[in-house]
Amino acid sequence: MRAANRGDANAYRRVLAGLAPILRGLVKRGFARYGLGPEEVEDVVQETLLAVHLKRQTWDERQQLLPWVRAIAQNKLIDSLRRRGRRVHVPIDDVSDALAVDDEPAMSNGVDAERILASLNGRQRDIVQAISIEGASARQVADRLGMTEGAVRVALHRALKSIAGALRRA
Amino acid sequence: MPDLKTDDLIRTLAEDGATRRPSLAGRMAVALLVGGLIAIALFALLLGVRPDIGSALHTWRFVLKVAVALLAYAFALWACARLTSPQVGVRDTLAGLVAAPVLLAAAVGYELLTVSPDDWYTRALGSNSRVCLIAIPLLSLAPLAGALAALRVGAPQSPGTAGAVAGLMAGTLAATLYSVHCPDDSPLFVALWYSLAVAVVALLGAIAGRRVLQW
Repeated sequence: MRAANRGDANAYRRVLAGLAPILRGLVKRGFARYGLGPEEVEDVVQETLLAVHLKRQTWDERQQLLPWVRAIAQNKLIDSLRRRGRRVHVPIDDVSDALAVDDEPAMSNGVDAERILASLNGRQRDIVQAISIEGASARQVADRLGMTEGAVRVALHRALKSIAGALRRA
Repeated sequence: MPDLKTDDLIRTLAEDGATRRPSLAGRMAVALLVGGLIAIALFALLLGVRPDIGSALHTWRFVLKVAVALLAYAFALWACARLTSPQVGVRDTLAGLVAAPVLLAAAVGYELLTVSPDDWYTRALGSNSRVCLIAIPLLSLAPLAGALAALRVGAPQSPGTAGAVAGLMAGTLAATLYSVHCPDDSPLFVALWYSLAVAVVALLGAIAGRRVLQW
């Protein structure tokens, strides 16, 4: 992560990829404590990764990384539980008993891409779509859209901020 | 529409990784400087230092009043800076935040013991309470806005609490400035009116914090 902070994108990617399974375990355990199943775990994992990214300046480089990551995850977990608390009013057991539904709830693999893109303006949407789904680099997107790479990066960063905001309010 | 895959998200974040991170300390310094300067300018324009400052400096009540306000400001500033971390809860800062109130409470106790009960009422009411209640919140607005802007770069555990501490910081800065204008020096007056004015700013900060410090 220290190398990542010096601008080493590959190191940064490895750090985030390494954090993902740790977060998955953390969120799953957190959900289990409240009697919740694994659905929506990946949503919280992604929200946490986004927060880790947007708030990485609050990590003190002299400290260990994981306790800080755990604090961020804890926050996002609580946010998610609160949102669910507002949404779910009926005990799920009662409903499933009554309806005798035996199939597993659909497991989400992450936040709905449409929900994310809906929070962005046209330019941002093109950029996020190209980078996240098509796997383009900022350089390639810049060439394609006739923008400078710097402008693409600024738009991408703003887009990530609005995505975080949209997920928080969802 | 399919779900966003975590690997895709990570690649996107890494692509954004080269973006310069805002510096917490830098933001804090700019916010303090700008907010503080506006407050000082307003103070100089509207209030100014009291004319008998020379003799006031030789009385313990005046010196203590300014010291309590300054101490409260210093600790609120420290707490504010710490609360930017998601690993710090407001409980971790309480020991510092109570320092000024404890000192003030001791001064109130001493005042009550040494001053005749007949004078308690006049001293507590003072002559300037309305100005105090208006001036402190007014002077604190720019520092509060600055502190909230700086905190937005942080990741506070509780946005409302962090906002309240930002209000405490702005309010005590305003109180420090106001204290060199205000002719009422009794700890009774300070404990009553200054605290009330600062509490108003802290409440304002809490309300604003809940809105703007979510992350």
